[in-house]
Amino acid sequence: MNTYPAEQFCIKCFTTILVIITCIVGSFVYLQMPLFEIFSAESLANLSTYVGRFFPADISSIFLKKIGIGIIETLAISAIGTLVASFFAILLALPAAGLFGSLAQQLVGFLLNFLRSVPELVWATLMVLTVGLGPFAGVLALALHTAGVLGRLFAQSIENSPTQIARSLELSGASSMNIFLYGLLPQISSQILSYSLYRWEMNIRMATILGFVGAGGLGQILFYELSLLHEAQACSVIIAMLLLVIGVDAISAKLRRVQSFSLA
Amino acid sequence: MTNYDPAAPRRFLWLVFAFIILWPALLITQFNPLLFFESTNLQVLGNFLGQFFPPQTARDFLQILFKATLETLAIATAGITLALIIAIPLGLIISQSLSISRIGPANGHLLWWSMRYIARIIMMILRGVPEIVWALLLVRVFGLGVTAGVLAIAVTYGGMLGKVYSEILESSDTKSCRVLLQLGSGRIVAFFYGLLPGASQELASYTIYRWECALRASVVMGFVGAGGLGQLMDQSMKLLNGSEVSSILIVFLLLVLLADWLSYEVRRQLL
Repeated sequence: MNTYPAEQFCIKCFTTILVIITCIVGSFVYLQMPLFEIFSAESLANLSTYVGRFFPADISSIFLKKIGIGIIETLAISAIGTLVASFFAILLALPAAGLFGSLAQQLVGFLLNFLRSVPELVWATLMVLTVGLGPFAGVLALALHTAGVLGRLFAQSIENSPTQIARSLELSGASSMNIFLYGLLPQISSQILSYSLYRWEMNIRMATILGFVGAGGLGQILFYELSLLHEAQACSVIIAMLLLVIGVDAISAKLRRVQSFSLA
Repeated sequence: MTNYDPAAPRRFLWLVFAFIILWPALLITQFNPLLFFESTNLQVLGNFLGQFFPPQTARDFLQILFKATLETLAIATAGITLALIIAIPLGLIISQSLSISRIGPANGHLLWWSMRYIARIIMMILRGVPEIVWALLLVRVFGLGVTAGVLAIAVTYGGMLGKVYSEILESSDTKSCRVLLQLGSGRIVAFFYGLLPGASQELASYTIYRWECALRASVVMGFVGAGGLGQLMDQSMKLLNGSEVSSILIVFLLLVLLADWLSYEVRRQLL
């Protein structure tokens, strides 16, 4: 038997719950989703025949080779995109950390915000318009978005890094390039590396789908095969995507464990 | 002596080494920055971006935009609600803190163990496939429109939430739950009285964070025809209508900011 005193009636909790329920019900009503039709026997039968067309997956050696090339392309897009992004992010992080005055800080801060607020897929569409279909558009799209994300993170690490070394170099008359290279960069290089690797991991995942708008990689193969109604081939591509994502996850989890061991 | 840097040769070697590794990658991605500065390409982009200002503010268009914004919000909310229906049972199944067999010898140990294993694999597949791929597949079943978007969010975030729920339940204080289980109460009761009171705030906070992510994802999923702002943006982009794209982008950015703020506020109240 419950002998706890009953909680007092909480009007705030009650209204919150009421608002949330209203939002949820409102959403379903607004969308007019035919929920009952979706789960009707006929629709489920349709669904199962559709799913059945995906199996067995195409594992002919020609197609597997194509997928292999797609995986390599995806990895290359993400690696080069992240690399270009971290290069520009370092350049942008200097003004964003306030090293060139507050006006530059505001302007670059706004630019970084804009770069990272626009999703990768939108950048990819724009870049496909500019440089044409192909993996290079994907590289540029990833680079633009990631430069915004990394620029902000790098600026934070610059702001938080101790300034004594840079200051003493400055007082002893070193050039500003040397102050940057020997006073600042060694202090934040490990953070730059770990942030870049983390973003690379996310970009691998993103690069698998950028192909939907024509920016190369596995996504382009999947989109192409699905457009031709080649479900068996599409199934192999999806399995490859899944394995790629799971593999990257496992490797990064392993590396992180190794890193935390070596730090401890 | 003044300009000698003892680390310079080593650094140079590393640079050469990195370049040799990255060279094939540059070839594969057809890396060619000059392409970006070709006059015809720049002109296309310039013309398109030139139209961004002023943004489209015609009355009919704003009406469509408003509808699409509401649709995006509704897709995210409905998607997360359906995701909960997938995530809660799966999360409870795989959570180790509700495992009776961990306490001591129990009947049907193997059956439950294999059920957990199967649930884990299902969730890995659900969240391993990106939501936009689910959307692309579901659009082919349910046609263009919001249904595919809602179900794609439900499937992907169901897998994600389920995993994180089980982790939260395992990392929160499990003593009272274990005591209840040891005294012979059922798993559901042990969950409601032993685990939920301690973990509910964190669970709710994570769910709201995922709602925010779902909002962003639902915009992106529009690009494969799953309704909302993304679909509108895709159409305007294909027609190279810069002023419409710029209005949609502005609304999208505002929406993301709003969701950011809302989720931050609610979570601050919770924790």
